[in-house]
Amino acid sequence: MANIPADLKYLDSHEWARVEKDGTVTVGISDHAQGALGDLVFVETPEVGKALSKGGAAAVVESVKAASDVYSPLSGEVIAANDSLGSSPELVNSDPYGEGWLFKIKPSNAAELQQLLDATAYEKVVADAH
Amino acid sequence: MPFIPHTDTDIKEMLAAIGAPSIDALFDEIPAALRIKSLAAIPEALTEMEVGRLMTARAQVDGRPLCFLGAGAYDHHIPAAVWAIVTRGEFYSAYTPYQAEASQGTLQLLYEYQTMMSSLTGMEVSNASLYDGASALAEACLMSVRAHRKSKSARIVVPATLNPTYLSVSRAITEGQNLKFDVLPYEPGKGTLQFSKLEALKGEDITAVVIQQPNFFGLMEDVDAITDWAHANGAQVIAVVNPLSLAMFKPPGEWGTKGVDIVVGDGQPLGVPLSSGGPYFGFMTTRMEHVRQMPGRIIGRTVDLDGKQGFTLTLQAREQHIRRSKATSNICTNQGLLVTAATIHMSLLGASGLEAVASTSQQQTAKLVEKLTRIPNVKLAFDGYRFHEAVLQLDRNVSDVLDALAKRNIVGGLDLSKRYPELGNALLVCATETRTDADIDAYASALAAVLER
Amino acid sequence: MRTPEPLIFKHSRSGRSAAGQYPQGATANVPEKFRRRKPAALPEVSELQAVRHFTRLSQLNFSIDTHFYPLGSCTMKYNPRACNQYAMLPELLGRHPLAPAGVSQGFLSCLYELQEMLKDVTGMKGVSLTPMAGAQGEFAGLAMIRAYHRARGDLQRTEIIVPDAAHGTNPATATMCGFSVVEIQSLPNGDVDLEALKGAIGPKTAGIMLTNPSTLGVFERRIQEVAKLVHEAGGLLYYDGANLNAILGKVRPGDMGFDVIHMNLHKTFSTPHGGGGPGSGAVGVNQRLLPFMPIPVVGKEGDSYRFLEEKDLPQTIGRLSAWAGNAGVLLRAYVYMRMLGREGMHRVAEFAALNANYLLARLKQAGFDAAYPERRASHEFIITMKRQAKELNVTAMDFAKRLLDYGFHAPTTYFPLLVPECLLIEPTETEAKEELDAFVAAMVAIQAEAEQDAAKVKGAPYTLPVRRLDDVRAAKQLDLTYGMRSTE
Repeated sequence: MANIPADLKYLDSHEWARVEKDGTVTVGISDHAQGALGDLVFVETPEVGKALSKGGAAAVVESVKAASDVYSPLSGEVIAANDSLGSSPELVNSDPYGEGWLFKIKPSNAAELQQLLDATAYEKVVADAH
Repeated sequence: MPFIPHTDTDIKEMLAAIGAPSIDALFDEIPAALRIKSLAAIPEALTEMEVGRLMTARAQVDGRPLCFLGAGAYDHHIPAAVWAIVTRGEFYSAYTPYQAEASQGTLQLLYEYQTMMSSLTGMEVSNASLYDGASALAEACLMSVRAHRKSKSARIVVPATLNPTYLSVSRAITEGQNLKFDVLPYEPGKGTLQFSKLEALKGEDITAVVIQQPNFFGLMEDVDAITDWAHANGAQVIAVVNPLSLAMFKPPGEWGTKGVDIVVGDGQPLGVPLSSGGPYFGFMTTRMEHVRQMPGRIIGRTVDLDGKQGFTLTLQAREQHIRRSKATSNICTNQGLLVTAATIHMSLLGASGLEAVASTSQQQTAKLVEKLTRIPNVKLAFDGYRFHEAVLQLDRNVSDVLDALAKRNIVGGLDLSKRYPELGNALLVCATETRTDADIDAYASALAAVLER
Repeated sequence: MRTPEPLIFKHSRSGRSAAGQYPQGATANVPEKFRRRKPAALPEVSELQAVRHFTRLSQLNFSIDTHFYPLGSCTMKYNPRACNQYAMLPELLGRHPLAPAGVSQGFLSCLYELQEMLKDVTGMKGVSLTPMAGAQGEFAGLAMIRAYHRARGDLQRTEIIVPDAAHGTNPATATMCGFSVVEIQSLPNGDVDLEALKGAIGPKTAGIMLTNPSTLGVFERRIQEVAKLVHEAGGLLYYDGANLNAILGKVRPGDMGFDVIHMNLHKTFSTPHGGGGPGSGAVGVNQRLLPFMPIPVVGKEGDSYRFLEEKDLPQTIGRLSAWAGNAGVLLRAYVYMRMLGREGMHRVAEFAALNANYLLARLKQAGFDAAYPERRASHEFIITMKRQAKELNVTAMDFAKRLLDYGFHAPTTYFPLLVPECLLIEPTETEAKEELDAFVAAMVAIQAEAEQDAAKVKGAPYTLPVRRLDDVRAAKQLDLTYGMRSTE
């Protein structure tokens, strides 16, 4: 059964968002998503400074059997991308909520946070997928 | 019934197992109104013997004229071993190597091919082929637009000395994706790119500059200067090359200070017969940093469960069967059989053999030019350094001359007068290593006779 | 026990070559700035070494000539040897693509007649033989649809409707042509969902891409309704001819209402798959798309033939290849069609359907689960391993790999994406009953193995040159040329 931390927010396209103490938001893909993709072989993260819009394609995660777009949960500016994924994309599989984070944004519209799913709502999304 | 093995007993037993009264009943889901009544326009079946006679007769109608035409397809000697092996059933009737364990022959061969093409072009990685050189150029332009993050213009600069058909195919294939093609003129009297026209574009947003070497007139461009200018101006460089010529000439990976970004061309000169223009194969090589943007199949080496070396399709996530609407290209089938031929051909000839073929071809063309320009009113249009083709200028309508030569069983060259009217009555001729001195003399006599009238 | 065949580079010895295969004596005087300094890293082997190496490689492959190849949607029928022999007659093989029409009548007459025969079997008004593969045929088809709407001043048609069961080339091609893709669902019984279609159609619809029978192996029974809906909304219908073998000689796409089709000559018309190609994706069009056909097309004036080009078809979508398409493939298809003749053409779909329905019936009887058990198979059908995956943890992939040990190439796996754990099985009409029975016996044996010793099936194959390969490593540690990672 996929792991769904209670303190995170989610998109129904299987991204997670964590609001940090300084107001920035860290984004990654959920345990369910990494399991469905299989071993990741490549991750393409957005460039620092790039402007993202909510729901827009921000990154690409590639396994042997699929290459999927990762959508940004919020509008904002990319302030960091996880450089370790260049040599170790498997971090997304082994630690999707920790060391497998993809990028960080400085959100431009705080109201969008309310539109994200909480853990319970996301659990339902995952259950329906089976 | 040819190729269908079923006996009446088979049919009876099979229908019984299905529980259907007749074969016709198997189509009962199809509305009756849609069923064909008859195929009147299809002739009666021929036995293999009869079709053999038919095809032999048709082939004899065309015969084997003496060919002095190049323009992107070249008549070279192909060792008998090449097609003897290529037409083995295990290569000929094998499928795409999706089940890698059952396709190690094809996959290893493709890995060897990728290695050879990368080295021949001086680049780091190759794909396992595209349809042909022209469509490969189209794919390269699209790839450049995808891969070049900093350029927004989707503007491709091409020289007028690029094979004109390659340009029209590139336009046709990229139609719908908003690329802009700018054609730069060549230096009149020289036949190579007018560099000042390129320099005039300094500071503008250009995604890629295309260079053909040798160019369509057979002449050698100043590829170092063009490559360096393009890079200094933030543009990528796409090289279009004749792979045989690379046995003699500096490969695109070594042009300028950094080498080019993408190399494409047609592999036909490497073991593929002329066969009316196809099937040939397009090749594409590039730097490793662009490998994920490269269309087409790619083979990688890996290990199996026992740690043994094996080969498999890799990076498939970019391809249509996985990425679907976001794929790097829609290409699925490639030109595998022809790549097989080229790999065997390159293995038989090796680098020194290819170089010998290339330099002999260059030499035979030089002889051809020398003999033909001795005929009154036959002039050489450009006297710069060339590979194995040359542009001649005649004193009268070229297509009439070609018709007269065809009646003497000679295919004399390509009429350039419509594509390049500024060159007047211009003819592109080519002699490869397969055109002997006697062949060349025959052409010279025939042309002299035709022009005497 | 087969010994592995090393990479050819391991056989190289400096100075070795296939003497006699290239001219001696020419010395080029290449100016410094153009000269190649270091030779390319091509093999240096003798002729026998090269012949032996590549012959041994060929022996590592499965092929139609050696194995039953029930790959759904690929139509792996026998590639008649005569097609190869007569396409490679020296005069045809040696013809330059630009040789004048005067010395090309034999060649052109074959292509012209091929066009005419393809028009007849598909019910279309015009055929262009130039697209070099199915995907290029699709591109030509969509480009013609776009040209048609543009020519009528109808510029807002930017969408192409594609069923979710479609082959990946369909949406990829639509995107390449500058369209946006609208995906619609199929019904559980495999037909197009008409309600979903009605919802997706509108003034932006340029057209719809369909295969009939669909990729699910079943005939779209309400195709005429679909055609009517799309035409009434101003859109055109594109037919993906990958499954033409199911209806060849029985039904014609033109009669079903399609405006443009592509054919896969390397499927339906037996030209060789060659380890990945070459193919040919000839396109057929109805009256309204005739002006837009890709060039060149072969025309006939009186008794003589010539290529029709830009001046003859000014509204053409243009050239998709440098010459006239994969001419050698076209000649092979021509020979095949002449050997089938009128009667043979009718028989193709009949016996493809007989073989498919027989194989389906026997597999059902043996306890396997058909995806659409109440439907007739077309020329192919789907078996799902969903139950085996759940109960035994043995997947469709595992069955596929174990079939290789039994001497059968696996069916198509995991396509179409809609049916989980699926095997898409297409026997074709050229297989004998005994081959089909042997395939069923193998499937039954593997099922028994799966029940008794799942690990054995999951570890297959055992008897091939390699075991299962590490795909993840292949993609993460890219080793794409000899020397990139090692010189082993």
